[in-house]
Amino acid sequence: MSVKEAEVLEHGTSLAHPAHEEILGEQFETLEQQNNAYLIGMWAFIVQEVLFLGAIFAAYGIYRLKYLHEFTLAHKELDWVVGGVNTLVLLASSYTMARAVRAAMQNKHGRQILFLGFTLFFASIFMFNKYVEYSRKYEHHLIPGWGYDAHAIVEHGEKKTILEPTPEGNYRVKLETEKVVTPEEFKQRTQLFMGFYFILTGLHGLHVLVGMIAIGVLIIRAYIDYKKRKPVADYMPVEMVGLYWHFVDIVWIFIYPLLYLIGR
Amino acid sequence: MATQTVAHGEQQRVNYLNWKTTVASWLFTYDHKRIGILYLVSISLFFLLGGLAAAMIRLELATPKGDLLTSDVYNKMFTIHGVLMIFFFLIPSIPAVFGNFVLPMMIGARDVAFPRLNLLSWYFFMVGAVLATIALVRGGIDTGWTFYTPYSSSFAKGEVSLAIVGVFLAGFSSIFTGINFLVTIHKMRAPGMTWFRLPLFVWAMYATSLIQVLGTPVVAITLLLVAIERSLRIGIFDPNLGGDPILYQHLFWFYSHPAVYIMILPGMGVISEVISAFSKKRVFGYHFVAFSSLAIAIIGFLVWGHHMFSTGQSIYASILFSFLTFLVAIPSAIKTFNWMATIWKGRVHWEAPMVYALGFMGLFVIGGLTGLYLAAMATNVHLTDTYFIVAHFHYVMVGGAIMAYLAALHFWWPKMTGRMYPQSWAKLSALLVFVGFNLTFFPQFILGYMGMPRRYHSYPEEWAALNLLSSAGASVLGVGYLLPVIYLVWSLKYGRVVTERNPWGARGLEWELVDTPPDPHNFERTPIVTRPAYDYGHPEEPTGIIPKPRPVVVGGKDG
Amino acid sequence: MEEHTAHHAEGHEHHVVPIHVYTWTLIALLILLIATVGAGFIPMPVWLGTVVALAIAAIKTYLVMANFMHVKFSGKLVWLFAAAGFCWLVIMIIFAYADYITRPWEPVPGF
Repeated sequence: MSVKEAEVLEHGTSLAHPAHEEILGEQFETLEQQNNAYLIGMWAFIVQEVLFLGAIFAAYGIYRLKYLHEFTLAHKELDWVVGGVNTLVLLASSYTMARAVRAAMQNKHGRQILFLGFTLFFASIFMFNKYVEYSRKYEHHLIPGWGYDAHAIVEHGEKKTILEPTPEGNYRVKLETEKVVTPEEFKQRTQLFMGFYFILTGLHGLHVLVGMIAIGVLIIRAYIDYKKRKPVADYMPVEMVGLYWHFVDIVWIFIYPLLYLIGR
Repeated sequence: MATQTVAHGEQQRVNYLNWKTTVASWLFTYDHKRIGILYLVSISLFFLLGGLAAAMIRLELATPKGDLLTSDVYNKMFTIHGVLMIFFFLIPSIPAVFGNFVLPMMIGARDVAFPRLNLLSWYFFMVGAVLATIALVRGGIDTGWTFYTPYSSSFAKGEVSLAIVGVFLAGFSSIFTGINFLVTIHKMRAPGMTWFRLPLFVWAMYATSLIQVLGTPVVAITLLLVAIERSLRIGIFDPNLGGDPILYQHLFWFYSHPAVYIMILPGMGVISEVISAFSKKRVFGYHFVAFSSLAIAIIGFLVWGHHMFSTGQSIYASILFSFLTFLVAIPSAIKTFNWMATIWKGRVHWEAPMVYALGFMGLFVIGGLTGLYLAAMATNVHLTDTYFIVAHFHYVMVGGAIMAYLAALHFWWPKMTGRMYPQSWAKLSALLVFVGFNLTFFPQFILGYMGMPRRYHSYPEEWAALNLLSSAGASVLGVGYLLPVIYLVWSLKYGRVVTERNPWGARGLEWELVDTPPDPHNFERTPIVTRPAYDYGHPEEPTGIIPKPRPVVVGGKDG
Repeated sequence: MEEHTAHHAEGHEHHVVPIHVYTWTLIALLILLIATVGAGFIPMPVWLGTVVALAIAAIKTYLVMANFMHVKFSGKLVWLFAAAGFCWLVIMIIFAYADYITRPWEPVPGF
C-alpha cells in the first residue's frame, strides 16, 4: 500500500481546492470529477441525439430505395448552392466554436467572447439562408400539407427531359431505369420527399436555434466573468455547448449530400 | 416507545424526510431520495388508474356477450390500460423510484451526477402523464398501447396526437434518467468501489440506462412522425398516401422490444439483492449475473423483428430475428439458475421481500419459457394476437416486473420511511398476488392456444368457463395489490419505528453506513469501500468505512 | 503550446490543443466539401453515388469528432460513448434494411 493510499484510507479523498469551491456542485468531490461527469453526460446526450435524428435518416433511406425516381426528381428542387453555402458557414462556425472553447480553457474571456460572437454570426447566416430556402418552397407550393402540388417538379422534370407524360395521362420518369407513376402517386411521393426535407432540416434548424440561444447565454456569462476578472472560470459550459454545436454540424454534414446532392 | 424520550436524541435526528417539510421543499427538491418518493407517489396513482381499466376489461370478459362495454369503449379501455401501465408505470417503476432512491447510496455517492436534470425528468414525466391522461379520458384513443399505423394515423378517432405528445415527454423523462444513471455509475462511485464490487442492482441499472439512452429517442421520433403525418397528411406510414406501415413497426419495436428489458432488468437487479440478503450468501456467479444484464441489454436490441413475423416482413429477416431471440434466453437462464444456486444451502429467512422474490422467480420462469414458443416462427404464426401473447407478456411484466417492484418496495420500505410494516399481512398479500396472478393468466395460455384472439369484447360460449376463472382470479389479484397499499400507508403512522441502520442484516453501503431514514447527504463523509458486495462470509468486516475527518492544520496550506 | 492556467496540481488535466490542429481540420473539411459537391455532379450509378457521399460524410464526421470535439484527446470512455451511438444507429439501419432488401427474394410475394 502506497503512502497516498494509506492517507486516503485514513482520511478520505482530498477536499476541493479552495479556488474551485464556488463552481463545484455539492454532489461532487473534486472539480475533475465534476468536469468528467459533465463531459460524459454531454456525450450520452449526443448519443441520444444520434439515434433521435438517425431514425429519420433510416426512414428516409428506405423510401429512397422504394421511390428512387420520384425522390430524385423532387430533390432537384432543392438549391444545392444555398445548401453548400450553409455547409460552408456551419463548418466555419464549428471552427470558431472550437477556438472559443480553447479560449475558455485558457481563461481568456475577451477572446472567448470574440469567437462566440463569430459563431453566432455564422449561425445567423445559416438561419437566414434557411429562411430564404423555405420561403421559396412556399412560393412553389412545395410545403407538405399547405396546398402542396407537384407542378413545379413536373415542369422542371419535363424541361430536363427526365419526365414525360404518357398518353394515358401518367408520368414516365427516366433515370437509369424507367418508371411510370400516376399523377396522384407522383404527388404523394414527392410530397413525402419534401416532408422528409422539412422534418430533417426543420429539426436541425431547431437545434441550431437552441444552440444560438445557448451561445448567447455563454457570451453574457463570459462578459460577466470578464468584468469580474475572475481568475478561474468554469469552462465546462462552453465545452458542452461546443460539443453540441459540433454535433449539429455533423448532422448537416449528412443532410447536405443525402438530400441535396446525390444524383444531381 | 421511543417517542417521549427526547433525551434519547434518536427522534430529533435530521433526516431527508424531516429536514424541510414544506410542499415547495418537495416540489423543488434536488435530493435523489425525495425525487424517488415523488415518482413513487405519482406512479402509484397511474397504477391505480391502469388497474381500474384492467378491472373493467376483466368484468366485460366475465361473460361471452359484449354486454357491459361497447366494442368501441372496450378498445379505449385496453388502450388506457396499456398506455398507462407501460409508459407511466412499468418503465419508470423500478428505475425511477428505487434507482433514484438507492443507487447513489449503493455506490457511496451523495447524490446522482445531475440532480437538477433528475428533477426535470420528474416534471417531464408528470406533464407527459397528465397530457396522456387527458387524451385518454377525453375522446380516448383506440389504437392499443403500440399506436400502430394506420390505426393511429388515418383511421384513428380521438386524441392520438395529444397522447403522443404525452408519451414523447415521458420518453424524454426516461432518457434523462438514463443519462443521469450512466454518468452516476461511471463517475460517482466512492473510492474503492470498483466495477466488480458493485451490487448487482447497479449493474442491472447500468444495462437499463443503456437501453433508455439508446432506444427511447427512436420511439420518440417515430411517434413524432405519426403526429406530423396526422397533422400534415404526408404518407410517412399511411399506405393510402404512399407510406409503409411496416416501417412504423420496425422503428417502434427497435425501442419497444428493448423497453421490455427496461421493465424486467431492474427487477432482476432487485431480485439479486433480495435473494442474497435473505439467504445470507453471496450471489452465486456474481460475474455471470453482472454480464448477463449487459448481454440482455445488447442482444435485446437485435430481436425486435419477432413482433413482426406475421406482418409481411421478409422470411429471411424473420429467420435471423428468430435465431437471435432464442439467444436472449441464455442470459436470462443464467440469472435464474444463479439465483437458485444462491438460495441453495443458504440460511433462508422467510421475510416478506423474500416471499415476493420467490414469487417472481416462479412467474418469470413461466413467462420467459413461453417466450420461446413465440420466438419460433411456426408456433408464432398460430399464437400471434391470441391470448397466449397476452398471458406471456403479463407473466413477464406483471408476474416479473411488478413482483420485483413489490419485493423492492418491501425490502427498502424501512429504509425509506423508518417504519416497519406487519410481516404477516405482507406475506399474505404476496401469496394472494401469486395465486391470483396464476388464476388470472394461466387460463389465458390455454385460451390463446385454443385460438381466442385478443382485443375483442365478446367471444364464443365455449371459452366462457376459462374466462370466468380468469376474471375471478383477477379479483383475487386486485385484493393482493390493494392490501400493500393499505398496510404500507398504515405503517407510516402505526408501524414499528425502525431506528437501526440494518433491520434485515443485509450487506451493502445503504444498509451498513446510511442511517434510517437516511441523512439528506446519505453519508457523513464519502465512504471508502473495502469489501466486495454481498460479503456475507465475513460478517465482522464492514463493506465500507467512513473515514475520519481530515485534521485541520492551523496556518498551514491545504492542498 | 501557450501557457497553462494554474491549478493543475490535482491532476485535473484539460488538454489545450494547438491552434494549427483546428485550422488544418477546417481546411480539410472545406476540401472535402468541394469533393462531396463534385461527386454529386459526376454521373455514376445511384448506389455508388450514395456510397461516395456517405464515405466523404463519414470522413468529415471523423475529423470533426476527433479534433473539434476532442475525442482524440479524451479518455477511452468518450471513445466508447461516441462509438456506441454510431454502432446502434448502424444496427438499426442494417436490421431494418435486412427486411426490405430480402423481400424480393421470397419464393412468393408476401410469403
